Amino acid sequence: MSDLKSGSNLEKVLRAGHFAFTGECGPPKGVNVEHLKEKVAHLKGVVDAVNVTDNQTAVVRMSSWAASTLMLQEGVEPNFQMVCRDRNRLAIMSDILGVSAMGIRNMLCLSGDHQRFGNHPQSKNVYDIDSMQLIALVKKMRDEGVFMNDEEIDVPPRLFVGAAANPFAEPHEFRVHRLAKKVAAGADFIQTQCIYNMERFRGFMKQVVDMGLHEKCAILAGVTPMKSVGMAKYMGKMVPGMDVPDELIQRLQGAGKGKVAEEGIRFALEQIQEFQEMEGVAGVHLMAIEWEHRVPEIAERAGMLPRPVV
Amino acid sequence: MIIADRKPLAELLDMVRDCDRILIIGCKGCVTVCNVGGAKEVGILASALKIARKKEGRPLEVDERTIERQCDPEYIEQVRNEVGGYDAVISMACGVGPQFLSKAYPEQRFYPAVNTTSFGGAVQHGVWEERCAGCGQCVIHYFGGMCPIARCSKSLLNGPCGGSAGGKCEISKDVDCIWDMIVRKKMEEGRLEDLLDVKPPKSWDTARDGGPRRSVREELVQ
Repeated sequence: MSDLKSGSNLEKVLRAGHFAFTGECGPPKGVNVEHLKEKVAHLKGVVDAVNVTDNQTAVVRMSSWAASTLMLQEGVEPNFQMVCRDRNRLAIMSDILGVSAMGIRNMLCLSGDHQRFGNHPQSKNVYDIDSMQLIALVKKMRDEGVFMNDEEIDVPPRLFVGAAANPFAEPHEFRVHRLAKKVAAGADFIQTQCIYNMERFRGFMKQVVDMGLHEKCAILAGVTPMKSVGMAKYMGKMVPGMDVPDELIQRLQGAGKGKVAEEGIRFALEQIQEFQEMEGVAGVHLMAIEWEHRVPEIAERAGMLPRPVV
Repeated sequence: MIIADRKPLAELLDMVRDCDRILIIGCKGCVTVCNVGGAKEVGILASALKIARKKEGRPLEVDERTIERQCDPEYIEQVRNEVGGYDAVISMACGVGPQFLSKAYPEQRFYPAVNTTSFGGAVQHGVWEERCAGCGQCVIHYFGGMCPIARCSKSLLNGPCGGSAGGKCEISKDVDCIWDMIVRKKMEEGRLEDLLDVKPPKSWDTARDGGPRRSVREELVQ
């Protein structure tokens, strides 16, 4: 596999034709390295790579590249996330070089939540480039060995380029085209927004397959187990671009006291089962927010273990 | 036009708290059109300041004047014999006005009465919205006549982002998602292909990022 783009574990797993399984981990709101290591330990050997979020929801945390580096030291492969909100193109390119130099091999390119959501709403946003342009930039730096201005890079970065897709945001008709643009820009893999409306996701994937996008890019379906009825209601009502059907809320409500989380996990397991059989889906991205300790159990019950060694 | 909102009365009272006699200068340009700094608003502010100071037991003398424009030295010159006789002068023009006044009359203190917000227009009676960010390189023709630089909260050239829901922006239900409008217009026109190419990064060197801008019409420069 000498023609690998980055040589990351995630790339190799996908290249070998395995159903990929990725996780997620938020850096600490401080320098609590021990807590980070503890969370990472739950994911070791359980997933193929772990997304390291970048000031998610515009709340300040330890930088994603630093947390990614700490993760590497723990023997877990990071998927370094970068948002366009906080950096101009100079900082973006220098961070791309930096993470590659540190041995990070996956990078997820995002626009980022607007800072209005976060804990510093007074801040200035950057958005010098957008997520689409970021994807194209990383690809250009890696494949052409040049910066955005076409100046030569002294040893180019090696990164497996990821991007996000939200099949549930609007306008719905445009979402598959936007995914196609990300693939055209150079995305090697896609991780979708949390899926709850399976009906709509099936329709989206049919469009993806009809356009042949799954052959150019690995699509990982996003799964977040619901921990409570309150969480389901909150995500459905308060998180823009999130689609939580009433039937799911009713199902969780029907689970009975103390059993809602288990019902949420069961729904996630059913989803993973279906994704494994769904045409065009190359893996699952499990976003178990502050629930890292439950991931080994979910992975086991989903039949995702042991993870392939490639 | 340039759009502005008036500063709160408390802030303006604080600016002139040590003054006994002030002049308020309005502008007949943009701020008159957006009902924030014309002759009428000068009168309203003068009354409000006088009433508030009278209540405090420290009456404030306020004179009113409104000139054609505060962004042109020709009109700024018209108040030369007036501005010196006051403890302070409040300008009700956009941010340009108090700067032109301060430059012309360096011995006087000028205070801004309004917060300048944007370039835009009236969308209904009493409501103005931003339309232009003054980026120095207009691209609206690529986007169905709508500007994503000024009107997308993230200035995305390849939107809409994942936060677009129900035609609204993720930052607030009061903010339209311009990318939703762009996409829908292109779909209605059967010209979705216009949006399928990846728009390359924008050069911001013509925007404020490239430093203060200056426009020169050679034929007019003497």
